[in-house]
Order: sequence, then structure tokens, then C-alpha cells
Amino acid sequence: MSFIRTGIDNGGLAAPATIASPGSRLVRAGFIPLVDAAILIAAVEFGFAAREGIQLSLIKDVSWANIRDRLAFRQFDVAHMLAPMPVAASLGLGSNPSPVIAPFILGRGGNAITLSLGLYRRMQTMADLSGKQDALVNARALKRVIEVRRNEGLDPITLGITYPFSSHNYELRYWLAAGGIDPDLDVKLVVVPPPMTSDALSAGVIDGFCVGAPWNMVAVSRGVGCIVAVKEDIWAPSPEKVIGMRPDWFEQNSETGSRLIVALDRAARWCDDGENRRELAQLLSDPNYLDVPFDLLHRVLLGQFTIDPDGAERTVPDYFNFHRDAANFPWVSQAQWIYSQMVRWSQVDYSPSLAGLAGAAFRPDLYRNAIGVRPDTPVNDTRVEGAGTADAFLDGAVFDPANITRYLQSLGSTKGDE
Amino acid sequence: MIAALSIMIFDENRIRASIIEEGLREAGHDKVVVLHDIVGLARQIEIIGPDVIVIDIETPNRDMLEHLFQLTRSVRKPIAMFVDRSDSSSIEAAVEAGVSAYIVDGLKKERVKPILDMAVSRFKAFSRLQQELAEARSALEERKIIDRAKGILMKSRSMSEDEAYSLLRQTAMNEKRKIADIAQSVVTAAALLGS
Repeated sequence: MSFIRTGIDNGGLAAPATIASPGSRLVRAGFIPLVDAAILIAAVEFGFAAREGIQLSLIKDVSWANIRDRLAFRQFDVAHMLAPMPVAASLGLGSNPSPVIAPFILGRGGNAITLSLGLYRRMQTMADLSGKQDALVNARALKRVIEVRRNEGLDPITLGITYPFSSHNYELRYWLAAGGIDPDLDVKLVVVPPPMTSDALSAGVIDGFCVGAPWNMVAVSRGVGCIVAVKEDIWAPSPEKVIGMRPDWFEQNSETGSRLIVALDRAARWCDDGENRRELAQLLSDPNYLDVPFDLLHRVLLGQFTIDPDGAERTVPDYFNFHRDAANFPWVSQAQWIYSQMVRWSQVDYSPSLAGLAGAAFRPDLYRNAIGVRPDTPVNDTRVEGAGTADAFLDGAVFDPANITRYLQSLGSTKGDE
Repeated sequence: MIAALSIMIFDENRIRASIIEEGLREAGHDKVVVLHDIVGLARQIEIIGPDVIVIDIETPNRDMLEHLFQLTRSVRKPIAMFVDRSDSSSIEAAVEAGVSAYIVDGLKKERVKPILDMAVSRFKAFSRLQQELAEARSALEERKIIDRAKGILMKSRSMSEDEAYSLLRQTAMNEKRKIADIAQSVVTAAALLGS
């Protein structure tokens, strides 16, 4: 039995429309210790889950492959996942595809691209960068360095990502391609576990990476890297992590699932409030969670970046958007944008039916059912992405989910041709 | 005759890896390669083309393998180990033991299962050994601290060794605590009082 919240949100104290059954319901959630696990962690530590009658048990893991498998094999009921993971699962991609649905987005933002100090200094010299340039200028400068290196007979540079089906993979590729760099031919992409990125960078194993917070700032504070782009530069509303669930679990536990969505919604709003960011940083710095110094986390959460070891600063107020502007709403069009990138980079073929499958991985219907009618809930499940200024893509492209082929052609790709 | 399966073990823990390797060799698998270092792993996989890759579930490097399988056309399509989902007890056993594996698609379950079972049991045996070692270490530590406490009592209260031990044991019984805890208190108190 599901329950529906009605009426206007009244500050987190609304009681569910149906009476809670006695005793709390246990939900086991797998997570990776990253800043964007904040909503889950806050839901446990600040009582948002308990208030909905849910005993949320968080289980820390080390790899997305483990998260995927342990969800599939019922060791977890729900999991903190990369937004492209449910899409990949619905398309049968990866080594253990098993159905996953995403009814709630855990926020937008948190990623950045960092290059090694040596590489960035070369870009500065060659393209006369002062350090204040935008992400697109930086990408074009990198292209010039890549061309010169090729003429010098040097190996292609190596860049790290987190997982083949990750926002990091698609964002890094988007940024490279926007600068005229072919991510498959001009550079080598490898997976590096985020906590190892700054070590790998300083050891020269990689020349740069695209990962989530706080690892970019860690590399800068250790003096080994420079941040050349943040997610907001590439596509601000891009969904980062989601809550993934097995569809059969939700079917059998729809009320618990709906209550969990409500709890996450409350926790998300709390995390999003600037006044709570200090407390959130303190919580996340705990060894049980991220085990990263408080000061660094606090600055990351406020979007106050040191982008260069010389001390160049940049403030990105929306670096972490946990809740505002319907940040938790799972847009079907965004699942389909992820699909378009999978097609663009040859992970899967294009067909209208696959586009439909990809879109069905995100479940706005379950979100609406749990949250109820609220002024900040979008009216539609799908939209044209990138048409406004707030949601613009780095290169100004516009994504119409109704015409993925034309979109891919506009990006110079023929992969979308049937 | 069926060709022997080629098995690759990736484990940063060298001791555990060699325990698994030994088990597999004893069971008649002679095509076993062990790798400890992520550097060069991709190339080794391409060269060897293993039928089965056994990997420690606690390494974040599993995601690197996922990427490799996604990218490289030369690697035969591997699938994550838990092929037979109906067999939930062996899945649980594997995850609990901390083992994961990739298997070339199409390989018969009967051929792979003994290999995985072996890996799981050796992983478990290794954890048990580690547990025993930790317990032995802590027993040794307790022994040392009790000896120090005895020495302190013998000196400060002019007791024999037996008397000192009896006092520690009697106090532990009276306070329902472990002798080692009482001994620790004696040592700490002595350090604080400078005796």
C-alpha cells in the first residue's frame, strides 16, 4: 500500500497520510564515502529517517561494482549510485546488469576536472592563461598542448575517471570534445578510485582526472594539481548521484520506499541550507563517513575553491545543490541525455526503444507519489535540456529528448543515426 | 579433452593470494597467474586472456576492471561471478568472505563453481588465520603487562612472584574483571605515581 502526501509542504512536520505501522522498517543502504552521500548520512544522523518510521542502516563500500552487485543480490535494499548506473542497468550494459530504478536524485554538482600542475603550467605558457579563464578556454588550451606533445612524439596524456557509467566519464568527455579533443583518440582514459587520485597525479601515473568532492580540492591543497573546470561549467543541472532501488523491492515495500523518499527530501532540504553546512561538514569528516579534515569539507560545501596551488580562488555558490530548483526530481529527459552520451561514446547503439528503456530508469511517478503536490515539483516529467541560461551546456547545445539523432548530429556525432 | 581453465588471481595481499594459488594448484589447476599490483594489470589480462579472474572484493580497483571490460574489445566478454542467482547461499558466502570473480561468458557453471568455492574457502581460512594471529598477539601483550604488574608489586610490596600473581588474580575475581585489566591499572598507577 502506498500513501500520498497531500497539501502544501509544511516544514518537514507533515504526518504521513496513512498511520505508520508500529515498529520501524529497516532499510539497508549501501554508500561510497563521498560528499554527495550527505543526504543519506544526514537522514540517519539528524533523525529524518526515524521520523518517517525508517531505520536506515548505512553500509560503506569501496567500489561501484560492489554497490551494483550487492544491490542486485539483496545485500542492500537501496544504494547511493552514480546517475548513469540505473540507465546502464536498464540497457543491459556492464558486467552484471540487473534492473534498478531511480526515484530520487541525491543532488547536482560536486564534480570537477583537475590537471597536473606540470600540464597546467604548460597550458598557461602556451595559451597565455592567467588562471582566470573559463572551462572552455582551458579545454582549448589543453588541445594545443596535446597537439604539441604529439609532434614531440610523446605518449597521449592519461586522464582518470571513476567508473565507465559515471557522470565523471561523460562530463570529462563532454569538456574534452567541446575543446576539440577526441576522448578516445587524443587521450587515454583510465579508472582511478577517487581516494587515490592525488597520489596517482603526484606519481605521474595520470595527468588529470574528473572526480567528485572532495578529491579535486585535496589534489590542489597537496600542491599537485589545478582545477580547470567544475560541473557547473559543463552542465549545472546534471544529476550526480541517485538512490537506486530494485524494482521488485519497491513493489513489495512501496510504503517504506515512499517514506524513504520523504525522509530523503527532508534531509536534502536540511543539507541544502547554508546555515547547516558547517554542521554537515563536521558530520561528514567523521572517520565513519569520509574521514577528511573538517576545514576542507566545509570549504568544499561552501563552494570556496582554491583552484591552483599558488592560491588562486574561485567561488562556485551552487557547487553543491542538494535540493533547490527541484534538484531531487528525476527528470526522464536527463536519463535520456545520459543515454545520448552512451550512444555518442559507443557504449551502446541508438534506437528509439532503447531511448525509452533508458528514460524509464528514472521514476518521477514514484517521486510525485511520495512527495505529493508541491509548488516546487515540476509539472512535466521531461523537458528540453539546456535551453535556458541556468541549465545551459558548456558548448551551448540544446538536448531535445524527442530528437536524440539530431542532437547527436549537432555535436558532430553520427552515432545516433539508425 | 577440455582445455584447462586459465585462472588469474588479483589480490594486493600477497599471503592470501599465495594461499589461494596453492589451493588451486593442489586441486589440479596449473594455469594460475597471481598479480598483486594494479599497474600493468590491464595488459596482463589482455596477454593472458584468463577464463576466470578472482578478485578481492575490498579493493576499489574492481571499478578499474569494469572499465577495462567495457573498453577493450580484445578481452573476452566477462561477467560478474554470481551467474546463477538462484544460488543465494553461495553468493552470500562469497561476499562475506570478500571474494568476487569475473568469468568468461558461456563457461559452464560446473567448471567454475569448484574454483570459486575454493577461493571462498581459502579467503575464509585466511580471515580465520588473521583472527587467530590477532588473538595470539593480544594474548602475548596481556602476558607482558601481567609480568610488568607482577614486577611492580614484587618491588613495592616486597612480594614473591606467586604472591603478586595471586593478588592480581584475587583482585580480578573480586572486581569481576580480567587479570590483564587489573595489571594494566597497576602499571598505569605506578607510572602516574612514579614508582
